[in-house]
Amino acid sequence: MREVAIVAFAQSAHRRDTAEVSEVEMLMPVLHEVLGQVGLTAGEIDFTCSGSSDYLAGRAFSFTMALDGVGAWPPITESHVEMDGAWALYEAWVKILTGEARTALVYAYGKSSPGALRDVLTRQLDPYYVAPLWPDSVSLAALQAQALIDAGVTSEPELAAVAARGRTAVSSRSGADADDYVVRPLRRRDCPPISDGAAAVVLASRDTARGLCERPAWIRGMDHRIEAHSLGVRDLADSPSTRLAAQRAGAFDAPVDTAELHAPFSCQEVVLRRALRLDDAVNVNPSGGALAANPVMATGLIRLGEAAARIHRGQSDRALAHATSGPCLQQNLVAVLEGS
Amino acid sequence: MSPAPAPEVLRAPLVVEFPFTRSLGPVQSAFLTGLRERSVLGVRCHDGRVLVPPVEYDPVTAEEIRELVEVAATGTVTTWAWNPSPRPHQPLDTPFAWALVTLDGADTAILHALDAPGPEAVRTGMRVRIRWAATRTGAITDIACFEPYDGAPGGEPRPFQGEFADPVSGIVVPARLDYTYSPGRAQSRFLAALADHRTIGERCPSCQKVYVPPRGACPTCGVATAGQTEVGPRGTVTTYCVVNIKAQNLDIEVPYVYAHIALDGADLALHGRIGGIPYDQVRMGLRVAPVWTEGGRYPDHYRPTGEPDADYDSYKELL
Repeated sequence: MREVAIVAFAQSAHRRDTAEVSEVEMLMPVLHEVLGQVGLTAGEIDFTCSGSSDYLAGRAFSFTMALDGVGAWPPITESHVEMDGAWALYEAWVKILTGEARTALVYAYGKSSPGALRDVLTRQLDPYYVAPLWPDSVSLAALQAQALIDAGVTSEPELAAVAARGRTAVSSRSGADADDYVVRPLRRRDCPPISDGAAAVVLASRDTARGLCERPAWIRGMDHRIEAHSLGVRDLADSPSTRLAAQRAGAFDAPVDTAELHAPFSCQEVVLRRALRLDDAVNVNPSGGALAANPVMATGLIRLGEAAARIHRGQSDRALAHATSGPCLQQNLVAVLEGS
Repeated sequence: MSPAPAPEVLRAPLVVEFPFTRSLGPVQSAFLTGLRERSVLGVRCHDGRVLVPPVEYDPVTAEEIRELVEVAATGTVTTWAWNPSPRPHQPLDTPFAWALVTLDGADTAILHALDAPGPEAVRTGMRVRIRWAATRTGAITDIACFEPYDGAPGGEPRPFQGEFADPVSGIVVPARLDYTYSPGRAQSRFLAALADHRTIGERCPSCQKVYVPPRGACPTCGVATAGQTEVGPRGTVTTYCVVNIKAQNLDIEVPYVYAHIALDGADLALHGRIGGIPYDQVRMGLRVAPVWTEGGRYPDHYRPTGEPDADYDSYKELL
C-alpha cells in the first residue's frame, strides 16, 4: 500500500463571533499558512478537498465562495463533503492511495455564530420521526450522559474532571455559570463553546512527503463507521462504530502515546476512551479538544491536524486521531499516525 | 486607489425557510396513520425484536421488514434529560424532560418530550404514557408528549392485520432557521459605498484585476484583494437575456432585460436590469448608467446613456 503522510497543519484562532469577515476572508489566511509551511502553491497541489455546511451560516453554496480563497484557476481537481473536514481528508487519502494524486490540500471551516447552532443541528436528524420535534444538540448529548450515569459508567463529578482537563488550553468556559445546567445532567462546562474557525492540512505520498516535512506524520490506517440512525436502537453508553473503525485502522495493534478525540461533550470523551481502550498512560487531547474550541465542520479535521503536529514536533511517535459527526457520536472516524 | 479601511460591520436578519414534502414508505405510512388513529404500530424484525418507531429495513441486517404489530401507549423511560429552557418548535413550551421511552411490547425506544413538574419527578425506569394531541394529522407530533402513568402495563404486541382508511402517504415538514447575516469586510465596504451612490471594486495585488462586487479574494490567484478603486458609474452591456416570466414578489412588468454590465474600470461584469429602452432594442455593447430611486441603497436599474455602442474588442474579455 502507498504511504501517505500529513506534512502540514494550520488553523485559525477560533472565536465566538467573526462577523467582521466573510467565510473566505476567515479561511484564506489558514490556506496561505498551510501552503507556506510546505512551500507549495494551490496550482502545485494535485487534489483539493474541503468540508463545510451551508446550514451553519445560512449561506447557499458557501463552499464555492470559499474556493475563491484557494485560487482555483486554471481549473484544479477539487471536491467537497458536507461533513467535517476529517471526511474530506479521508477522501484525499483515498485519492493518493489510488495513485491519482501525490499531494492534497484539505480544509474545513465553519461559522456557527450567525445562527442558533443548537437548532441548526436538528436539521441533520431523521426527518420523519425526530426532526419535527427539534431536539437540540445539547439535549441529545444530555440523553447520552444520563444513559452513561445510569449504566454506572460515569458520574457528574467525573464529567466535571473531563471538562476541567479540556479547559486547560483555554479559560473562556470557566466562568461563574460553568456549573449551571444547560440540559441536565450536562452543565455549561460539559458543553463545547460556539466557535467560528477554519483549519487545513497538506497530505503527501511517500516520496513527496520527505521533501516537504522533516518528520511527516504517516497515516498507518484510517477507517470510518456509522451507528444505526435511530437513537432508540443504539446503546448510547457505548460506541461500537468507534471500536470497529479503530480496529480496522490498526489502533489496537500497538499502544499509542497520544490521542486527539473529537468529543464535543464531556460525556462523549468517556465513551470514546472506553471504546478505544485508552488508559492513563495516553496523553488525551493535549490540544484541549472540542471543549476548548469547536468550529463545527473543522473540529474533527483539527484533531487529525493536532495529532500530526505533535508528531512533526517530535512530541509523539504514535498517535490516534478521532473525528465524529452527527448526534451522540453517530459516525466515527479513526486514524493512526506514526512518526517514522 | 486608496488603502482599505476596516468597515463598519453590517448586520441584517436572514430567514431561511424550507418546507420539505416527503413521501412515506409502507411502514412509515402505517405508523404515522396509526398515530392519527391513536394506535402505535411497530415492526417485527426477522430475529423477533419489535422496533418502535418502525423503519422499512432492519437496522442491523438491512433486510426488508414489513410485519406490523400494535404495541401499548404506555412504556418505560430508558434515559432522560431535563430541558429547563424549551427552544422554538419543541413539543412543549414549559420546562420538560426529553426522554427515550420503550413502549410496552417494543424492544427499542422512541424519542419525545415528557411533561413533568420538575427534574426530581423524572427518573430512568419511570412509567409513562402517551398524551395524544387534540388535532392529529398523521405525524410524529400527533403524540403531544409523554406523561407520568401509574396504571397497569400494556401486554404483548398484537399482530396488526388491518388497514387504515385514508392512510397518510406523505408529510410536509416546515423548517425555519433565523440568522444574523454579516457580509464580511470586502462586501461591507462595497455596500457602504453603494449606499452613497459610489461603486467600489477591489483590485487583486497579483493579477491586477478589479472585482465588482468584491468578495474579498481573487478567485484566480487565491489572495486577498488589496485596495479599493472606484469604478463606473457608466458601463457596457456585455450580454443579456429577455425575461418573460414574472418573478414572485417582484413588481416588474415582463418582458424585461437582465444584463451583464461591465462597469468602466471593472474586470468582472455585474448584473442588473436594463430599463428606459424597449426590451427588443437592448444589444451587446449598449452603454448604460445606473438609475437610483429615492433613498435606494443600490441602483434600481440601468438605462442607456445615449453614447455610441462600445466596440466589441473593448469588452470581449469580460463576456
